Amino acid sequence: MSTLVPKERALLELRDVVKHFPVSRSLSEIVRGRHPVVRALDGITLDIGAGDAIAIVGESGCGKTTLGRLMLKLTEPSGGAIAFDGAALDGLAGESLRAFRRQAQLVFQNPFDALNPRFTIYRAVAEPLLNAGIAKSEHADRVASAFRRVHLPDLERYLDRYPHQLSGGQLQRVVLARALVLGPRFLVADEPVSMLDVSVRAGILALLREVRDAMGLTAVYISHDLALVRYLCERTVVMYLGTVVEDGPTAEIVRNPRHPYTRALVAAVPVPDADQSRSPLPISGNVPDAREPPSGCRFRDRCPHAFARCAEEVPALRTTASGHRVACHLDG
Amino acid sequence: MMLAVEDLQIHYATRDGVARAVDGASFVVPEGRIVGLVGESGCGKTTAVRAIMGVLAENGRRAGGKVVFKGTAIDERTTRPLLWREIAYVPQSAMSSLDPVYTVGAQIVEVLVKRGNASRAQAKARAAELFELVGLSDRRLADYPHQFSGGMRQRAAIAMALALEPSLLLADEPVTALDVIVQRQILDMLRALQQRLKLSMVMVTHDISVVAYLCDEVVVMYAGQVVESGPVREVLARPRHPYTMGLRNAFPDLLSDAMELVPIHGSPPDLRAELVGCRFAPRCPFVQPACTSGAITPEVAVNHLTACRRSAEADTLRAAALDPKTWHS
Repeated sequence: MSTLVPKERALLELRDVVKHFPVSRSLSEIVRGRHPVVRALDGITLDIGAGDAIAIVGESGCGKTTLGRLMLKLTEPSGGAIAFDGAALDGLAGESLRAFRRQAQLVFQNPFDALNPRFTIYRAVAEPLLNAGIAKSEHADRVASAFRRVHLPDLERYLDRYPHQLSGGQLQRVVLARALVLGPRFLVADEPVSMLDVSVRAGILALLREVRDAMGLTAVYISHDLALVRYLCERTVVMYLGTVVEDGPTAEIVRNPRHPYTRALVAAVPVPDADQSRSPLPISGNVPDAREPPSGCRFRDRCPHAFARCAEEVPALRTTASGHRVACHLDG
Repeated sequence: MMLAVEDLQIHYATRDGVARAVDGASFVVPEGRIVGLVGESGCGKTTAVRAIMGVLAENGRRAGGKVVFKGTAIDERTTRPLLWREIAYVPQSAMSSLDPVYTVGAQIVEVLVKRGNASRAQAKARAAELFELVGLSDRRLADYPHQFSGGMRQRAAIAMALALEPSLLLADEPVTALDVIVQRQILDMLRALQQRLKLSMVMVTHDISVVAYLCDEVVVMYAGQVVESGPVREVLARPRHPYTMGLRNAFPDLLSDAMELVPIHGSPPDLRAELVGCRFAPRCPFVQPACTSGAITPEVAVNHLTACRRSAEADTLRAAALDPKTWHS
């Protein structure tokens, strides 16, 4: 990619990131000395600018959760490079790694599982401070300020309680307070509201936006729900079977999806309106086995528009005039 | 009428007193229709369905009301012989209804032999037929549940529920755990099966958009009671209960221009407490003094039932409910 004007450096840069997971071997594979792998991520290149909020959407098994874990250095890539604020993640160790851990935080998927049931809420939120070696004398203030950020008023009412004494919405606020207590710059939230009731969900989404704006956070939201991320992220990355198939402004992706897979995803999202006539699903079949993905375009065996070239050549993720990226032989 | 639930009362004995999980709920399932039972966690929708099947948890009991199936009142004892043959169930997580140590085919054969008095040979042929019906290859009958994807397991659970040709299918969040594309495939399949087999269905869900896509009728529950019910198009286009209006606002809509989801502040009441007046009143932006006392008598206007003191003003309230400021606490 050649750009004449040097762009401001992205906070997070991923270059051709690959992640393989070994799978259990059959007897014949052992005999032949083969080591089959699942290519959970197959060449992800992505820049996330400071202060951006991007959504990563796709179906179960598309690699979105693995990608989030790689961004936080919770797992290591099998190939490619990831840099945070200009520093390669695989070079971090000792103090630089601790500094990264303070700046990059994960918000867990299920608030009911994310907190140790035997720890009080105070201990749960103060734990990252303890791990980061922050002086104990500062803990109470830091916890209090994190609680204010997530709008849990009446601090003293919660601190001595245990997770089971809180509602789902309150727990999700505590989980967020825990992620914010170290004052991070970068947040990865994996399905942050999928376990919550709708009436509560709207409040948490508004809170996530508010916190992001107030703290100037860079945020990645991982979700299977395109309808939800529309309220959170200006940009959306669509993944299919370990690859990025489309990346662009969320409004564009929703209104004018370009990749056939994105079109299917948009068409499948149910809307809360019975008068809306929905077009039939443009694809059939299931996501293929990730151990044996199709040659060429990984989506081709479900694509209504596939032609010979799709089986022979992996479509490149090309940038269009509008700054949108699409990986399809029919586009561009 | 396939099913009528009349003034159903379900009580759970808890350490802290009796919880009235379902407290006077009434609704009907007309023959050949799909009825969506919608509401948030704890509103009593799953309990209502379990009560219809007569399979309440140990600490639960039916404290009042009637369940009438094809014109005959049924209770726990008289429901048992109807299960599978007349009334069948599809759970949210098919993993919990399929036994991990037997092949899926063996489990369907078991139902056909034990419950349907089929011979093994007949049962095997029928199992293959059922798999074809739900879009699975009959080769997969030899697989174990863990070899199936989430969508395939749900198809298998539906095949099993249909084994003895029931007339009423009760499905509890059958597509909630699935990705949107698989979800759509299962919903399309349920609609096709419903038409082909002339089924009546109750679909328990928290997802209004699933109701909008699949159901003919909707019953909205709040705190153990029915607050609104009627034809889906009518109820979703012109909700008359403030809770339904709020739920509709809080629901993400891919195609709307609104950039904000509006929450309903507060939480549902504790069902162990003595509750008077409208149960939604503490969260309702349109609450008036009269709402907090006495019982609310539902009003019916052309099949559209609303349990709200201010239902006569529904059109005005609906217009106000569209403004996010109405819902700010």
